[in-house]
Amino acid sequence: MYRFNYHKPDDMDAAQQLMVDAEDGVYLSGGMTLIPTLKARLASPTDVIDLSGLALAGIELADDRLTIGALTLHSEVAAGNDISSLSNLASSIGDAQVRNRGTIGGSIANSDPGADYPAAVIALGATINTTAGAIDADDFFRGLFETALEPGAIVTSVTFPLPGRAAYEKFPNPASRYAVVGVMVAETNGEVRVGVTGAGPCAYRQRNFEQALADNFSVAALDGLEVDYAEFNSDIHASAEYRGHLVGVMARRAVAQMT
Amino acid sequence: MEISLTVNGTEHTADVPDNSLLVEIIRERLNLTGTHVGCDTSQCGACTIHMNGCSVKSCTVLAGQADGADITTIEGIGTVDALHPMQEAFRENHALQCGFCTPGMIMSAIDLVEKGKPLDEQSVREGLEGNLCRCTGYHNIVKAVLDAQDKM
Amino acid sequence: MTSETGIGAAVKRKEDARFITGAGHYTDDINQPGQLYAVFVRSMYPRAEIRSIDVSSALAMEDVVAVYTGADLAADEIGDLPCGWMVKSKDGSDMIQPPHPPIAVSLVNYVGEPYAMVVAETLQAARDGAEAVAADFDELPAVVDLGSAHGADQIHDAAPGNQCYDWELGDREATDAAFASADHVTSLDIVNNRLIPNAMEPRAAVGMYEAASGNYTLYTTSQNPHLERLVLAAFVNVAAESKLRVVAPDVGGGFGSKIFVYAEETAVIWAAGKLGCAIKWRADRSESFLADAHGRDHLTRAELALKADGTFVGLRVKTVANMGAYLSLFASSVPTYLYGTLLAGQYRTPAIYVEVQSVFTNTAPVDAYRGAGRPEATYVVERLVETAARELGKDPAEIRRLNFIQPEDFPYETPVALTYDTGDYDASLKKAIELIGYDGFADRKASSEAAGKKRGIGFSCYIEACGLAPSQVALSLGAGVGLFESAEVRVDVTGSVSVMTGCHSHGQGHETTFAQIVSDKLGIPFDNVDVVHGDTGRSDYGLGTYGSRSLVVGGSAIVKATDKVIAKSRKIAAHMLESTEENVDFEEGTFSVTDSNQSITFPEVAFSAYVPGNYPLDELEPGLSEKAFYDPENFTYPAGAHICEVEVDPETGTVEIVNFVAVDDFGEIINPMIVAGQVHGGLAQGIGQALLEHGIYDESGQLVTGSYMDYTMPRADDMPNFVVDTTVTPCTHNPLGSKGCGEAGAIGSTAAVMNALTDALGVVDVPMPASPETVWRAMEGE
Repeated sequence: MYRFNYHKPDDMDAAQQLMVDAEDGVYLSGGMTLIPTLKARLASPTDVIDLSGLALAGIELADDRLTIGALTLHSEVAAGNDISSLSNLASSIGDAQVRNRGTIGGSIANSDPGADYPAAVIALGATINTTAGAIDADDFFRGLFETALEPGAIVTSVTFPLPGRAAYEKFPNPASRYAVVGVMVAETNGEVRVGVTGAGPCAYRQRNFEQALADNFSVAALDGLEVDYAEFNSDIHASAEYRGHLVGVMARRAVAQMT
Repeated sequence: MEISLTVNGTEHTADVPDNSLLVEIIRERLNLTGTHVGCDTSQCGACTIHMNGCSVKSCTVLAGQADGADITTIEGIGTVDALHPMQEAFRENHALQCGFCTPGMIMSAIDLVEKGKPLDEQSVREGLEGNLCRCTGYHNIVKAVLDAQDKM
Repeated sequence: MTSETGIGAAVKRKEDARFITGAGHYTDDINQPGQLYAVFVRSMYPRAEIRSIDVSSALAMEDVVAVYTGADLAADEIGDLPCGWMVKSKDGSDMIQPPHPPIAVSLVNYVGEPYAMVVAETLQAARDGAEAVAADFDELPAVVDLGSAHGADQIHDAAPGNQCYDWELGDREATDAAFASADHVTSLDIVNNRLIPNAMEPRAAVGMYEAASGNYTLYTTSQNPHLERLVLAAFVNVAAESKLRVVAPDVGGGFGSKIFVYAEETAVIWAAGKLGCAIKWRADRSESFLADAHGRDHLTRAELALKADGTFVGLRVKTVANMGAYLSLFASSVPTYLYGTLLAGQYRTPAIYVEVQSVFTNTAPVDAYRGAGRPEATYVVERLVETAARELGKDPAEIRRLNFIQPEDFPYETPVALTYDTGDYDASLKKAIELIGYDGFADRKASSEAAGKKRGIGFSCYIEACGLAPSQVALSLGAGVGLFESAEVRVDVTGSVSVMTGCHSHGQGHETTFAQIVSDKLGIPFDNVDVVHGDTGRSDYGLGTYGSRSLVVGGSAIVKATDKVIAKSRKIAAHMLESTEENVDFEEGTFSVTDSNQSITFPEVAFSAYVPGNYPLDELEPGLSEKAFYDPENFTYPAGAHICEVEVDPETGTVEIVNFVAVDDFGEIINPMIVAGQVHGGLAQGIGQALLEHGIYDESGQLVTGSYMDYTMPRADDMPNFVVDTTVTPCTHNPLGSKGCGEAGAIGSTAAVMNALTDALGVVDVPMPASPETVWRAMEGE
């Protein structure tokens, strides 16, 4: 790694001030993405600002909404909560050691196309709470490694409305075990949302699947529906066309979990 | 930066560069070389230790993140004369060959069993997803973990 | 006592105590006071001319002690890294050996080739220094695709057409005639995918030089420290052999990749001499990917000629083998003498002809990787046989039985130069068929189909040649070294024993199995036998561990040395018992006079040898320590039957191995627990080749699979439980009756998996690795 200054502020204002003062600062939560990046010398921040000293972990249920603190570990979410599809998703992230360090905030703040949580954020119609205001799921993921997060802003928590029913299916990259395609299908207050991660440059909603399922929430409803894979990711493990195919397969399997 | 951490029950204080990794502190500062470095993308698990009671890849923890932590390495879970049941099970079941992945594998396996969920062949295989072994084909490792489960 | 720890017992390993407690001593665990750290600067281009290297900025950096380039080594007359096996082409000409300087001087020929080395006080400073080395390159067109390498840009001046050699074996005329008159010909175009060995311990070296004594010491991750020492001294000119000690301490796996002499330890030990200190280097995993020798990488057109009834009449094979950018130490032998000679398989095919053209490409050098040539041969033969069975509507077991070499045919001279000593191929096949429940397959297939899945079963009846090697055979075929093995059985005054071997153990458990042999033969406690390996300062010259040779060659040397110890002991005992040698029996550690109760134990004899009071000094030197150098009479021929059953998810193309049975004949077995472990590990690697692993270079010569993010290593949830068993036909020509078992798992399994998969899908072929998308496309008919 290049050299950097490490800081562990114990309140939000201090953290944000450190970022303002830094020549080239970066926030650190679990480090499961940032630290390998630093080790590979792919980034050279002058300052690493560790957010773990801020009280941002915890899971709270209030008014049919589950709020998960940004620094909540994947293992804590996987342990079980009021949204079983979310704990299933969390238990599929990385491996056991990764789940003991990685956080939901870190996972979504990067808009990593291979991350799992973005599918859930979108499918469950979550709200991303930040130091610069709340952002709707539909507005949060903008592109490859690009979110609507304000520069210097910190994700503090994610609030998920409790769905009527939801399920997540993931097809992992055989080497890295990141999501090649991950699909969460959720029905909340009568609205069906289908969140897809892994396939495209960032997580998105598969609108034609949503419409079909809204009419008829069944596996059969998805038969013959096309997925436009023109802009999909492509690598040695999965071409865009194959990912397009998998979106359909994973969506059907998610629906099958619930019907 | 100065950090303090407890390793295998002993408190240590060290002045280390900000960009030090926990595995470097363990191997080079504390001379506990049982924890190994096998890759550079945090995927092989050879560096697995327990941090505050959970299995963690020490190659992906910055020194500052380990400040104040309670660390257990392979050297701290048992000795030749008083082996941990998992260590014993690995030996009994020939769950190691070259030994390089073994400390990390044992630490992961202990955490897996201690998590409390009853394990079967499939859940052991999934639970050890974060640890690579090139020698054993995993067959005997799975046997050893199931064996140790009964004794822990 | 002996039965629990003797030959044949599943003794728990002596090695484990240190490994399970984190007390192993791997090269990176070794630190010398004041050591410096080395980092290599590596080419980002697959092929380029180095116009200039400017080390001044790096040298000026804090804590950087030295920066060396290829020119510095050349100025000290450091030689090229050699290839140790001369292969001749069809026209009798020698293979082409392009220059291979350890550190590139004027040309770089693969991404990752080192062209400078920075030595600094800390690793951080060395890494920073490496980034500061400024070099100017003129890029040249890279040759990456194996299939078109022969006609592409010429990489090495010495090698027109990028050809290293064009070799053949067998009888072309007889084979062509067999094909001309055959009833049926089955042919396949086969790609044997490039693999990257990835032992879990990255390569490392700690080199030291002490000016006062002139002694060099190199700790390094080697499978063969004496060979490393010989090459560094005699070929690379780093130091005189007598002044160089090479120690391979605990080594975390090798699988062939740690046989070879590499740039890094060469440069490290040389630089230690220049600076008069200790220098340490350890590979990052990404360096292991780029710069460890890779494996496999063949293109083959294979044809099997048969009679209508399924009898094999001829086999014709044409292979193009990738050598990579330079010839690695054994590279030339792998697709020739370790490949072509195995094409008879377990069968009586009367006419065989194989041609192998090896070519250079701008990729990492390719050399031996678990099985080294024999997996490639088995893949060719067993895929052809299975495909032929399908084409002729024959059961895959039946077509093999029809063609097996029968027990009464041994010793059997194959049309491809080897003489198999003994075997019973039907015995393994029969057992494997029973264990997999072959009779029930049709029902299981129907159940799978009812659940929307496809199911298939595949066979692989492999044989291999290992126990490398009879020296004169090897030398006559072009080897640059003999392949015997050394052993010293040194008895202590108090009757314990140290066994020095020229082999090494990096997972194989030799500290246990070799101790079992000696303790069994001498009738002394297993705990009193200590096996010493890996140190040229302690063991006599030996050739190391690879090619499944340690037990059969190294162990046989140990048997011979132990026999000498027993012979001398008998003389001593006879004297002490006032009898004659002929009347002294030796059993379970005790010498006794026949038909009497006079006896004396081995430790008492040992003591007498070192305190020679009651001792025949006029006839016998004191001491009790014997050496043997064992040169095998022949290769050994493990063989067996692997059967794989797979289930395929047609929606995703995911392949699950639902059962894998391996029944192997390794001759006499010393430790069945260790043997099963070796098979498990080999199976995982063979299955890995079939379904997961692939070292891929893109068209611009960049290694796309350069980390575990992209190179798919088998993980615990990729593998099933294995069912392994053995049959035994003892080797006829070594004192143990053993055949070796280290590579067989990787040799037989790949074909079994792909035969099962092609059966499941009802297609002729699927490329390897059969990743989910590859399988999905194969089902879609693409």
